[in-house]
Amino acid sequence: MAERRSRLRAEQLTALYGGTAAVKDVTLAFPPNTVTAIIGPSGCGKSTFLRCLNRLHELAPGATVRGHVLLDGYDIYAPEANAVAIRRRIGMVFQQPNPFPTMTIYRNVAAGLSVNGRATRSETDQAVERALRGAALWDEVKDRLRASPLALSGGQQQRLCIARAIAPRPDVVLLDEPTSALDPLATQSIEELVQELKREFTVVIVTHNMQQAARVSDFTAFFYLGEMVEHDETARMFTAPREERTEAYLTGRFG
Amino acid sequence: MISLMTRRRLLSRVMTGATVLCAVLALLPLFAIFGDLVVRGASSLNWDFFVKTPAAAGDTGGGVANAIVGTLIIVGVGAGLGLPVGIGAGVYLAEYGNGRFGVLVRFLADVLTGTPSVIVGVFVWMLVVRPMGHFSALAGAIALAILMVPMVTRTTEEMVRLVPHSLREAALALGFPRWRATAQVMVRAAWPGIVTGGLVAVARIAGETAPLLFTALGNLNFRTNVLQPMQTLSLQIYVFATGPFEEWHRLAWGAALVLMSIVLVFGLLARFVTRTRFRDG
Amino acid sequence: MDRRSSDRTSPQSSRIGWGDAVFKATLTAFAAVIPLLFLALVGRLAVSAWPTIRAFGVRFLTSSTWDPVANVYGAAPMILGTLLSSLLALVLAVPLALGVAIYLTEFAPGWLRRPVGTLVELLAAIPSVVYGLWGIFVLIPLLRAYVVPPLQAVLGWTPLFSGTFFGNSMLAAGMILAIMILPYISSVSREVLAAVPPSQREAALALGATRWEAVWSAVLPYGRAGVLGAIVLGLGRALGETMAVVMVIGNRHDLSASLVEPGITMAAVIANEFNEAAGLQRAALFEVGLVLFGVTVVVNALARLLVWRVARGSAVGSRAI
Repeated sequence: MAERRSRLRAEQLTALYGGTAAVKDVTLAFPPNTVTAIIGPSGCGKSTFLRCLNRLHELAPGATVRGHVLLDGYDIYAPEANAVAIRRRIGMVFQQPNPFPTMTIYRNVAAGLSVNGRATRSETDQAVERALRGAALWDEVKDRLRASPLALSGGQQQRLCIARAIAPRPDVVLLDEPTSALDPLATQSIEELVQELKREFTVVIVTHNMQQAARVSDFTAFFYLGEMVEHDETARMFTAPREERTEAYLTGRFG
Repeated sequence: MISLMTRRRLLSRVMTGATVLCAVLALLPLFAIFGDLVVRGASSLNWDFFVKTPAAAGDTGGGVANAIVGTLIIVGVGAGLGLPVGIGAGVYLAEYGNGRFGVLVRFLADVLTGTPSVIVGVFVWMLVVRPMGHFSALAGAIALAILMVPMVTRTTEEMVRLVPHSLREAALALGFPRWRATAQVMVRAAWPGIVTGGLVAVARIAGETAPLLFTALGNLNFRTNVLQPMQTLSLQIYVFATGPFEEWHRLAWGAALVLMSIVLVFGLLARFVTRTRFRDG
Repeated sequence: MDRRSSDRTSPQSSRIGWGDAVFKATLTAFAAVIPLLFLALVGRLAVSAWPTIRAFGVRFLTSSTWDPVANVYGAAPMILGTLLSSLLALVLAVPLALGVAIYLTEFAPGWLRRPVGTLVELLAAIPSVVYGLWGIFVLIPLLRAYVVPPLQAVLGWTPLFSGTFFGNSMLAAGMILAIMILPYISSVSREVLAAVPPSQREAALALGATRWEAVWSAVLPYGRAGVLGAIVLGLGRALGETMAVVMVIGNRHDLSASLVEPGITMAAVIANEFNEAAGLQRAALFEVGLVLFGVTVVVNALARLLVWRVARGSAVGSRAI
């Protein structure tokens, strides 16, 4: 596989809960403006791995991380690194849509902006509109920006969460099974959105649905029992996987 | 000779009926008390009752204006002291309270909620009244605040814990520092429940008498100075009910009706807050 | 690999860490009020009670003499009075409260549960002094007219009911207390019984049990620790009740086993005598308060352990409190 300059790169990353390793010694690069899918059977560590990329994993009780994650060459796990500042450079969308219930749609999208310092009213307006357009939600909510997000459908709420995540213009966007709680129509719209997002962001998506991985991603990494078994261009991996375990998973023999 | 099966069935019906009887018996005093409050208290309710202070001993007329205002002042100051501490401690327990210190605080809060209020009264007497040299509404408010804190702490903790973890994660993932994720997202989401718990606690302390016997003491005159003794409805009821005059007894029922109404208003407000929030989704 | 450190360690980021520390410190300070309050209560009571502790030692708990003139104090009548009134309250309240709880969780039609439950809980909202008022002017006359004469006619020879009934009595106090603690026992029992898995009841019914038998032999035993906790909780409340008791019990310092005669409890004696007391008498009242505090702490801790173990959630019963 050709080594392209990578925006985000994990090196020998190991993640533990107490004494048990959920992610073992994974080295994986994410080239800029691409979509990388992480697939594997449940419990293989893919969500844990994702949460190491924005230093969310270490917040769980008893959780530790070893290894490095380099964002534009800088190790986010360096001793002097500031986790909060790093999380502003990396956005995350979760499995269950989780808009802030006490904030309006507008304030939800703007939530990540306020932590970066003061902006004028018009600057915020522009950023909110830009994010909502980027999430393909602007036309549906532009007349009710002051409404509660809980009035939106599941698919709309998830797109709102995507808008919230991209509003601060992060470098990388992480998506943790973003469509598993949604119906097929909503799933389709999110998948189309993911393809759009890569124009501006580097995208990493964890999914348990390998067809989805085949549809949306440029690169795919297959995880099994905490190890990264194979990583390749999606088209090549799905037609001619190199590892036996990968082939077994892709052909449905387990998982 | 009735069969065993019939006997068992009969027992089941009898016991079911017995539990219904229990419910009826339990509600009898409730209706009796409320009924008496309305019937016996209504005759006292006139304009004078609400704007005048008590008449001279033995005379008819007079009112409980000083007691009503006193109740509002002492309860207000007490809530102003007790609610912030209780809410702060509750948020602490919900967000940071899984260690040994948290376990200790939680346990002691539960134990303190069961403390007899008369003991808090003598405690505050020693702590505030004695050094000050005289009784005061402030001492009464402090006693009520001490009673409120453990209650509010536990209800606040319960409400914040109910907020889904994923909201905190979403805030952290956006780069919120820990304190902002807690304050701006978790506490805000739990806020209606926290307010309800606070209102319920206020309703409880509004009816307290024992701790005020040795702190606010009571006052026959209309006073708004918190550094002086002050009257409350609960204290007034006690004085009137245990006094020798028929007129006082009549006024006691009126004051009790007013006090019960205030308590009910706070309770209804608490339920109203929860209900409107659920309607918003 | 260049290690740019621009915004990662910028001045803004160190300010953020500082915000976290201040926030946590402030909240910790608020939380620390609770253990400090507890210690202050115990300490202050003990210090103020020291003169009588030193003067009378253990005799304080066993002596019946309460003489402000001779400055001799013994708290046995009030300790026993507290226990007797609370016991009477439990005897009257527990069967009723359990009956209500079982009715509401097992037998009541769905639409009736919430209103009836709310009404029972309303009993807990009535202030103690209002209970006292009602006790003086409604309950006691009722007792005098309809309850005590037949009671004494049948049982007047027993030590429990002998003597003359003047109105203010242990009986009146016990009955008022029973009404006051009933909502606490009932609402916590309700939550405990509601937490019993439905499969327990269903298994009994599938075996051919009648509805009552299913409750008695499957549901109640499963929740018995929590129900016991609810009862102990009710006991804790009865021990500390002051105003209603002081208004109907008569406040007489003699030790009497009869329910129809006046009595005294620890909480009532403090309410009654504290403002006029001075010197050693006041210290004696503080010591009574210390004993009362100790007893309620133990009882409430026990209740909490029992309820906590059974019912889900850590704040079950805190609504009842």
